[in-house]
Amino acid sequence: MGIHVNSPGMLSTVQDLGRWGFQNLGVPVAGPMDRYSHRFANALLGNPLGSATLEITLLGPELSFGLATRVAVTGAEFELALDEKLVPMNEPVVVAAGSRLCFGERRLGARAYLAVEGGFDVPEVLGSRSTHLPSQTGGMGGRALMTGDVLHSLSFDGKKLQPLRLRNSLLQLPSGGARIRVMLGPQERLFSPSGTKTFFTSRYVISNQSNRMGYRLDGPPISLAPSVGVLSDATPTGTIQVPGSGQPIILMADGQTTGGYPKLATAITTDLPLLGQLSPGDWVEFEVCDRAGALRALIAQEQTQLN
Amino acid sequence: MTAPVEIRAAGDSALVVELGTEIDSTLNAQVVAIAGSLRQEQIDGVRDVISSYASVTVCFDPLRTDLESLISAITRHVTNTATTTATVLAPSRSPREIPVCYGGVYGPDLEAVANYAGCSTDDVVRLHSEVAYRVYLLGFVPGFAYMAKVNERIAMPRRETPRVSVLAGTVGIADCQTGIYPSATPGGWQLIGRSAFYPFDPNREEPFLFTAGDTVRFVPVDEIEFRSLVGSGVTNGDS
Repeated sequence: MGIHVNSPGMLSTVQDLGRWGFQNLGVPVAGPMDRYSHRFANALLGNPLGSATLEITLLGPELSFGLATRVAVTGAEFELALDEKLVPMNEPVVVAAGSRLCFGERRLGARAYLAVEGGFDVPEVLGSRSTHLPSQTGGMGGRALMTGDVLHSLSFDGKKLQPLRLRNSLLQLPSGGARIRVMLGPQERLFSPSGTKTFFTSRYVISNQSNRMGYRLDGPPISLAPSVGVLSDATPTGTIQVPGSGQPIILMADGQTTGGYPKLATAITTDLPLLGQLSPGDWVEFEVCDRAGALRALIAQEQTQLN
Repeated sequence: MTAPVEIRAAGDSALVVELGTEIDSTLNAQVVAIAGSLRQEQIDGVRDVISSYASVTVCFDPLRTDLESLISAITRHVTNTATTTATVLAPSRSPREIPVCYGGVYGPDLEAVANYAGCSTDDVVRLHSEVAYRVYLLGFVPGFAYMAKVNERIAMPRRETPRVSVLAGTVGIADCQTGIYPSATPGGWQLIGRSAFYPFDPNREEPFLFTAGDTVRFVPVDEIEFRSLVGSGVTNGDS
């Protein structure tokens, strides 16, 4: 007996920690937009942190459980009801067979993560259960959930970890926008000093043409150094590339593996989850960070609970 | 190698090793060799090694990687491949022959390329299929191989407006590059034919047809042969 999808929400996809090791063959990593909340949801249940969860975007699903299990919902703050009774986020919730879990109003953030005991069971493609929407790879047949889908969970197989005691996500959900720390480069030399200054002193707005592949930003155009030509090369998650229009694009989880636009800066790993909690219409400002600062921030975030 | 190698940070979890700024087969062979040996070393914390035209990008977990030893490993592999250029230049696999049905419904832009080149469509087919191409890198979508260099006469730029959807297996030209669309995607390349082989099929024993450094030849086939190849299940990787 599985978990029936009565309604799928706006965009709900199965994600684990991503499809690593194949970018050289053009395969994007995919995985959760907010890696922190994904792992937090698993940690609350004692799942291995890489177990597949459901990433829920802006509008949540309604699910009927054909089995007794436990779930945990983290990330974007939603009103959650189990059989009409409100249940909390960020802690394990016992679900009886036959229960119905409804996502209601969203109050903060963009993406919630639903973990189920044992993790969701979808076939592994190239070693990962993550859904990559543009290439229709992984997850539930390479697509978002649809009404009528039935999800299954894996049994624990004795791999159960000590469940986490902490009851609050330490990720501060953004309200309307966020300041994002970036490291300059790898191609900052292709930008004029005034272009770089514009980038760090302006407020940008995430456009409607944004998705799991990338966020297009609207704001003051960033000028390039004259006569710029770039060969396509790798574009890791968090890369901020600037096409001829001068409007920057932040590459996110489903982003292409390579790209030919000049790359001004790269978001630090610690702030990628925060970016993942922004939605179209939210603002972004950037501040520069060095490698030591980026590492300190990451260690602080990891030490909170997840290691 | 004469040019000094530059290692740049791409955020806190990737390094880019820049070996040049041109599309050049010797340079790319070194890039592929460096990426290969770095991958083989399985350095603790390294998650992905990506080669492109003239650079190698190493993605790593900053909490599990000793940056100094990673940089010294990179430097060591760069030096090693520079001193063994002859070995580096040997193709990694024998040429892959890819049957292609040119023109008609399979290659709607073949006429346009012929007009651009000022020659017949048969000439375009000949010019496209007489060259052994190098796979410089994979990107765009899973399994998409950027191959070069196309004869400059038929090196037509991309379409002004990309098509909303290009069928999997379609062969296209964009400037000096050629390639096969692995899955149905939007695309701006000039479409000249259809390959009987899909570059990517996750359910096939070998999911990827190409890897960087491969040599590829396109073999013109007529529609009957093309259909028999497709019908034989070759495209599904069953054979």
